[in-house]
Formats: sequence, C-alpha cells, structure tokens
Amino acid sequence: MAQIDSASNIEQPLTTADGVPLKVSLQRTLRRQKIVALSLVAPLFLFILFSFLFPIGDMLLRSIDNTIVPSELPQTTKLLQNWNEQSGELPNEAVYAALAADIKKGAKSKTINRTGKRLNYEYSGFSSLFRKSARRVQRLKADKVESYRKELIKIDKKWGNIKFWQVLKRESGIRTASYYLAAFDAETNEKGEAVFKPENERIYVNLFGRTLLLSFFITLMTVLLGYPIAFLLASLPTRISNLLMILVLLPFWTSLLVRTSSWIALLQKEGIINDFLVALNIIDSSNRLSLIHNSTGTVIAMTHILLPFMVLPLFSVMKTIPPDFMRAARSLGATPFTAFRRIYMPNTIPGIGAGGILVFILAIGYYITPALVGGTDGTFISNFIAYHISTSLNWGLAAALGALLLLLVLALYLLYDKIVGIDNMKLG
Amino acid sequence: MSSLPVYATLGEKIWHYLFRFICGCIFFFLIFPIIVIMPLSFNASPYFSFTKEMLSLDPAGFSLRWYEDFFTNENWLGSISNSFIIAIFSTLISTFLGTLAALGLSNPRFPFRTPVMAILISPMIVPLIIAAAGMFFFYSRIGLQGTHLGVILSHAALATPFVVIVVTATLVGFDNSLIRAAASLGATPTRIFFQITVPLITPGVISGALFAFITSFDEVVVVLFVGSFRQRTIPWQMFSGIREQISPTILAVATMLIIFSIILLTTLELLRRRNERLRGITPS
Repeated sequence: MAQIDSASNIEQPLTTADGVPLKVSLQRTLRRQKIVALSLVAPLFLFILFSFLFPIGDMLLRSIDNTIVPSELPQTTKLLQNWNEQSGELPNEAVYAALAADIKKGAKSKTINRTGKRLNYEYSGFSSLFRKSARRVQRLKADKVESYRKELIKIDKKWGNIKFWQVLKRESGIRTASYYLAAFDAETNEKGEAVFKPENERIYVNLFGRTLLLSFFITLMTVLLGYPIAFLLASLPTRISNLLMILVLLPFWTSLLVRTSSWIALLQKEGIINDFLVALNIIDSSNRLSLIHNSTGTVIAMTHILLPFMVLPLFSVMKTIPPDFMRAARSLGATPFTAFRRIYMPNTIPGIGAGGILVFILAIGYYITPALVGGTDGTFISNFIAYHISTSLNWGLAAALGALLLLLVLALYLLYDKIVGIDNMKLG
Repeated sequence: MSSLPVYATLGEKIWHYLFRFICGCIFFFLIFPIIVIMPLSFNASPYFSFTKEMLSLDPAGFSLRWYEDFFTNENWLGSISNSFIIAIFSTLISTFLGTLAALGLSNPRFPFRTPVMAILISPMIVPLIIAAAGMFFFYSRIGLQGTHLGVILSHAALATPFVVIVVTATLVGFDNSLIRAAASLGATPTRIFFQITVPLITPGVISGALFAFITSFDEVVVVLFVGSFRQRTIPWQMFSGIREQISPTILAVATMLIIFSIILLTTLELLRRRNERLRGITPS
C-alpha cells in the first residue's frame, strides 16, 4: 500500500498550500486579473459609448431617416404603393381622399408644415403647397365634397402636377437616399434614376474638391517649412535644440482662437502687414493686399496652426538617423547634396508620411479657422455642415455630409495606422 | 550641420549660413503672430494695428482700457466662470475614468486590446465638427443640449483619449516586480495600490489631467453646438466676438491666454522631468 501511495503522489500535480492544484489556482488568479482589468476599463468604455459613439451613430441614422413622411401621411403613403408613377396618370380618387384626411389630421396637430419642409428639400414648392392645403382642407365639409381630387386641385394646381406625386411616392418610405444624393450634387429624374444636377447648381462635389485641394496645399506648405527646422533641431546639440523647441511648442500649446485672431490682426486690410508695406512704400495705400477672407488667409493661418504637427514627428524620426550615415557617404566621395538626397532624405520618408497624413487629416476637418478667415472661397466642407445645422436647418443633409467626411477621415486613419501605427502617436 | 568643419568650401559656408537664415525666418513665422498681439493689446485706440503714438513709444498711445473692458464686461466675466466650471468638471470625469481604464489596459492579458483601444481613443480621431454635429443631434434629443451637463460630458469624452494615452505611457515603464516585492512582504492589494502604484503614476495622471484641462479650456467647436449663450466659454465668446463686433478686447484676452499656456507648458515640462527622475531615466 505504501508503495502505491508514494507512486500516486508523484503522479499527482503540484498543489498550493491549501491543496488546490497549482494549475487550477493559477488559472483562477489569471481569470480574476482579467476580470479586474475588464471592470477597470468598462466605465470609460460605457461612457464613450454613450457620450460619443451613440451621437455619431445617431448622426449616421439621421442621414437616411425619412420617418416624418410616412408617419405624417400614413394613409396616403400606403395607398400610393399601388400607384404606378410611370403611367403618366394622376393617382385615383382614393389617394386624394386619403391625402385630404392626412392633411386635416396634420393641420390639427400643427405638424403638417414639417412634412412640407422636409419634402421641399426634394422639390421646391412643397412647403407652400402643404401650408396652403392645410389651411383650406380644414374648411371642406365631408358631406359636400363630390371629388377630393377636384377640390384639392382647386386649392392648389400643384396637386394636379404629376411631378409632385412622383416625389411624394419616392419619399414615402421610412429611409431615404436623397440626402446622400444631394451631398453628391445629384437628384432623381422622372424615370427614377440618379443623375447629376446641372453644372451651375453643383456645390458639394466642388466643395469636397476644394477642401481636399486646400488641405493638400497646406500639407505641402507644412512639409516645406517643417523639414528645414526639424533638420536643424535634430542636428543641433540638445541644449540649444531644447530652447529652440520652445518656439515650436509655444504655438502648439496656444489656443487656436488666439492664433487665428492674431492672423486677423496681421493680415487684414488695415492690419500690420499691409500697414508695414504701405509705410515702406512697396504698395500704395489705395490698393492694399487682400490677404484675408479668402483662400490665401485660410492657407496662411492653417499652415501656421498645423506646422507643429509636422515638425514633431519629423524631428523624432530625424533624431534616430545616425550622423555616421552622412559622414560615411561624404567620405566615399558624395557631394553634400548627393549625400542628403540619397542617404538622409530616404530615411526621413516615414516622418514625412506620418506628419503629412496627420496634418492632412486635421486640415480636412477644420472648422474654426476657415470660418473666421476663409471668406467665401476659403471655406471647407465643415463650414457647410455647420451652416446646415444652425442656419438652413437641413439636418439630414448636414448628417450626410458629416458621414461622408467621417468616411474620408477613417480611410486616411487606416493609412496612417499602416504607416506609423496609432499606438505610436506622440503628444508634445 | 551643427558646426562648420574647417575644410568647408566657400559654397558650403554660404549654404550653411543661408540655411540658418531660412530656419530663422521659419521660426520667426512660427512665433511672430504670438508675440505681436501682446503689445497690440495695450493699444489706446480701437485698431488692430500699431498707431503712430505706439511706434514712437508715446505713453498716450498705450492704455489698459481693453483689459478694463474684459474685467468689467458681464459677457466676458460670465465666460471666465463658465470656462473654469466646465473645464474642471470635465477634467475630473475624464481623469478618473481615463486613469482607471489605463490601469486596466496595462494588464498584458487584457482581451481585445486593439479594438477596445481604438474605440477609447476615437474621440481624438474624429474631426471635431462631426463630433459636434453628432452630439448636437443626440443631446438635443435627450434634452442635454444647452445645459452645462451636456457640455461637460462632451468635453470629458473629447479629453479622455489624452488621459488614457499619457497614463498608459507612464505605466509602460512601471516595474511590476515592485508590486510582487510588496506582496511578498505581506502588503494587501489596497495597500500596494495606494503605497506603490499611486505615487509612481501620479506625475502621469497630473499631466493627463493638464492635457484634459487644456482640451476643454481651448475647445470651441463642440461648445458652439452643444452649448448656448448660458454655457459661453472664453473661446465661445472670442469666436462670436471675432464674428460680430471685433474689438481689441479679444487681443487682451489672447495675451492673457498666452501667458496661461506658458505657465501650463512649464508645469508639464517640470512634471515630465520629475517623472523621468522618479523612474530612474536620466533626462536626455
């Protein structure tokens, strides 16, 4: 027996002091650690979900939301499903009667004008049509009406226009693609196909183009200005470069509005640069340069604001290039320019890529600076998003434009992640 | 490049000094707009440019009227208290949640680390105008638009990525054998946390909090949409000031903000040095 005991003891796994097998105990501890780690992250995760990701998701839903039409005109939209919009004939009497009933109900609850406003984005004339109809339909006496079709067309001729009915049928679902079509300067024609609007009515495609072009130009400027000073900072002794670094970091830490307002002071017609040039008799007082409230102002101010985002990644990459490389190239007979072009420059490409994409991403989403110094031809897509939120109140279109901008930025971030890795993002 | 070798040719010498001149110009471009508004804020006349009296250093050309305007104007005074209330509360929220999350994320066995991290730092990635639009739509739906709470929550969301990144970076250099040593000497987990972990990560948490504070204090896009006049912060007031009636009071505010950011920048730098010293890394 004793022999068997000692043999089974060897077979038995190692245990902790309280007799639990070591493997089990270890697993338990690790699981506990994992749970602790998860529960530490959970509050922030939920907070971001509620205060940030839900709002973004809400915006994405809003860009395709059309519930107002089917909920305000429930009977009409239901009956319209049986109407063939390509037949060239107006809907039948039942649809007109349903419309009159829906409008009457909407007029009582005073919500019908919202429907008119929503449909007016699709085809102008709907807003006044619904306002007028709501006022007059209430006066119709049900027992005296012979034909609702006649009565409604008498109220407004537009109810006899097939175009209005086609739009109404197209927008009778709870989802719509029309905001995205509008964001691409497109519309739906009579046949139900998406076509581009006439050249002179296109806004957003050009605006996206301008945002990308100006952002690219700003990025190029930050590379041209950032490269020399990053090179100087990386090659100077640390003591001096730390001091010069303050000149880069101070603008970086200064409020965006402070920098924008100082550019206004510098660039405006009665501003410092124009005064200076006039005082030196370089330009005449009557034809001062217009440096602000146009794309020039946007490019100058944003290059200044985004330059530190270029210098800092470039500097950290240049710091890692051993000076021996250049010395070796020189000792092998390369001229300084060749050594720079063939040896130093290729080593800094990752820095240019990282800084360039970062500046570009930040630039295309900029709102404040273009809004204050951009005038009309220096504004970005974000300024139109803001305009549709607070002035034109076309929230669906604002949401669609926002979703497209978001898509663009996320695509660029994937590129950034491929090149540098998001985790390597440095602060200051 | 740092110093010119004795064998440099004339061309190299010219290039050397030309290059330094170009760099000097770029540094000038960076710093001049920030320096120039300081004297301009003491302008006695309501212009955005130097007057003849100012250039001849005539005392009559200078005055403190714009500073006086700032400290007596009800709109600006309201914006100061709003800015501080919003920044302090959003800093508290984001620092607390961000530090906890960073402690959790530093566990090497944390599952789905990359996607979770991507979600946590997403407020830093998404352009502000999109965040502002989404928050405006969502917060007006649930009645938080135009309230202090709405602005505080949105600023806290924008600031947490900075806290998470800074505190995580501090924890990378954290020596886990200190915790094991303490445990083997009989310390309870609570005691280990307060006597070992907390003192070591405090500098990181403070710099994270400073980042969060600055994020909220400088933020204008979200507050323009999520807030209203009652939540006006200093940047909100500056933005509407520049848009409507531009007065040199804005330059006085700007000067004070620059001094404020110099103080913050110095604090951060001192903290970074202290942090490196604590962790036994000699400052480079």
